Amino acid sequence: MTPLIVLEAGACPLPLDNVDTDQLIPARFMKRPRSDGYGQFLLHDLRQDAANPACALDQDRFKGCQILIAGRNFGCGSSREAAVYALADFGFRCVIASSFGDIFASNAVKNGVLPALVSPEQAEILLAHQGIAQGEPVHIDLPDQQIRFGNHSVDFSIDPVWKTQLLNGWDDIDMTVSYASEIARFNQSDAVARPWALPSRSPAQ
Amino acid sequence: MTERAGSLSSRPKTLIGKIWDAHVIVDREDGQSLLWVDRHLLHEGSFHAFDQLARRQARLHRPDLTFGIADHYVPTRNRDTLAPEIKRMVDQLSDNCASHDVTLFGLDDPRQGIVHVTIPAQGLTLPGNIMVCGDSHTSTHGAFGAYAFGIGASEVAHVMMTQTIWQKRPRAMRVTVEGLLPEGTSAKDIALHLIATIGADGAQGHAVEYAGSTIRALSMEGRLTLCNLSIEAGARLGLIAPDDTTFAFLRGKPFAPKDEAFEAAVRAWRSLRSDDRAVFDREVTIDAGSLAPTLTWGTTPEQALPITATTPDPATILDPARARSISDALDYMGLAPNQRLDSISIDRVFIGSCTNSRIEDLRAAAAILEGHRAKVPGLVSPGSTSVKLQAEAEGLDRIFTGAGLEWVDAGCSMCVGMNGDLVPAGERCASTTNRNFKGRQGPGSRTHLMSPVMVAAAALTGRLTDVRTLARGSRP
Repeated sequence: MTPLIVLEAGACPLPLDNVDTDQLIPARFMKRPRSDGYGQFLLHDLRQDAANPACALDQDRFKGCQILIAGRNFGCGSSREAAVYALADFGFRCVIASSFGDIFASNAVKNGVLPALVSPEQAEILLAHQGIAQGEPVHIDLPDQQIRFGNHSVDFSIDPVWKTQLLNGWDDIDMTVSYASEIARFNQSDAVARPWALPSRSPAQ
Repeated sequence: MTERAGSLSSRPKTLIGKIWDAHVIVDREDGQSLLWVDRHLLHEGSFHAFDQLARRQARLHRPDLTFGIADHYVPTRNRDTLAPEIKRMVDQLSDNCASHDVTLFGLDDPRQGIVHVTIPAQGLTLPGNIMVCGDSHTSTHGAFGAYAFGIGASEVAHVMMTQTIWQKRPRAMRVTVEGLLPEGTSAKDIALHLIATIGADGAQGHAVEYAGSTIRALSMEGRLTLCNLSIEAGARLGLIAPDDTTFAFLRGKPFAPKDEAFEAAVRAWRSLRSDDRAVFDREVTIDAGSLAPTLTWGTTPEQALPITATTPDPATILDPARARSISDALDYMGLAPNQRLDSISIDRVFIGSCTNSRIEDLRAAAAILEGHRAKVPGLVSPGSTSVKLQAEAEGLDRIFTGAGLEWVDAGCSMCVGMNGDLVPAGERCASTTNRNFKGRQGPGSRTHLMSPVMVAAAALTGRLTDVRTLARGSRP
């Protein structure tokens, strides 16, 4: 995973609440292998509707943008990590929103995408900002947890564990393997404490 | 008795805390804990994680605790001739399970069905288990007092390789529901009312315990429906303390403990309840007696109202973001402000999904439909092949087909449309499912979520209908 420390890029406003993962990537595209690239499917159906704010993604001034700004409950719904693959493959490294679906936010961090949490008022300011709407770059500083744009600066929240993972580009699995002896000890005592926890070995049909 | 700081063992604990503590392998200083996973459930969509394993040349660590189920992509008709891209998804799961020695409930297995329907029915969901699956509705299994939650593909790969998962301890919320459920209401109405009250992000960061007399009186089917919808309130998971209803359901189930082992397990499971003075981070109470049949009118499950209500008017909403969201939802759904919900015509119905496709759901819908014809077409997809066989033994299939609805095989079907069971663009569907998101049931589809009896009532009249008016004898 590529570490993320600072980011300076265009930020596309998506003034919608409850952008669920079905909208981020409709289920019918999820049969494809990741190697095909998922960016083309990002917000696919919303981008068919010229009146939808999601169409801003296709405007020239947001070409190469790496930051998405949305309302509350971004990424709610299905646990599909493909929603993050679509964002990441499109080029996004950060989503700013006033709340996130828990599973989405966790999936995002595992793919090096920063879920930056701001207050609803701050989200409204970012969404309404003229400079951002014209494609002016936004500066994200992860160590300081700050979003800077024009003459403004807004603080964002991020779980400290996720922050460390993003800054270092860490992978969970390598870390877990280093706890092999703790896992083995747990298994020994757990077999005594919860003998009922295993599936019955020879199930009656 | 006074509480002493530092004497952790005597501190009252929530059920959520008890299960958590029993699974902690390592507590890191930064607040992350490594937890043991008792059951890992896979489906066709797990191919991303198997691909990650292949890239690392890793093996699946505990195949004995891992189960594969074909549900998301499986056809509900003509299973002998699978479309090539569906066949590829189903075969991919079979091949991956075979090469990693994972037990598979495949297409030709009577145990096949929706993962969250068939796994509990097999006795694989046990009180006090931690269970994960790459599917957000894994919260369903909380009905048994299991700590069960959905995860993404990277976490699926992590569990495959280590049988553990890193988690941050969630905040605990208790939702207490007291009183008798009124005529025409069920667990679905409790859930939709809760989500409308606290919001689709109202329980974010929380694990929810459902408690109170109404919950105790629910059947296992009702509890599964309620816990299933926890994720639609944004919760990490929802669970219910196991009791005699739970134990009676589990006794004799294929994978549940047997004989003396079962009795010993029940003795252990009885301690899986929140202590009397346990403290929750948030408490919500619901008076069951105040509930009416509830359904969604918009494009998020929080946009739900009693059938007796009218659609909201964005012009009267002060919060600009909320007004925008309501206006956008009305527009997508083809509805006007201040429209009576029971005046809205529908084009089709769907009865199925991990939310409401169990035998009790089918019986409830059939009781409304019996002897009548539906005014609109519709699909009934039982939650598993076993549920299908049981329903057929009870003659429910003939009630559905007699009403003009299609009776098909088990799978996720029209809830998510991955197998091609779609609601055509612009059509309005009364559905027993869990998500009314834009395009969820197909591009341009319009979904109204409600209970099985409310879907049956809508089928009979061709519009959203208060089932209580039918129950009083004024059927069409």
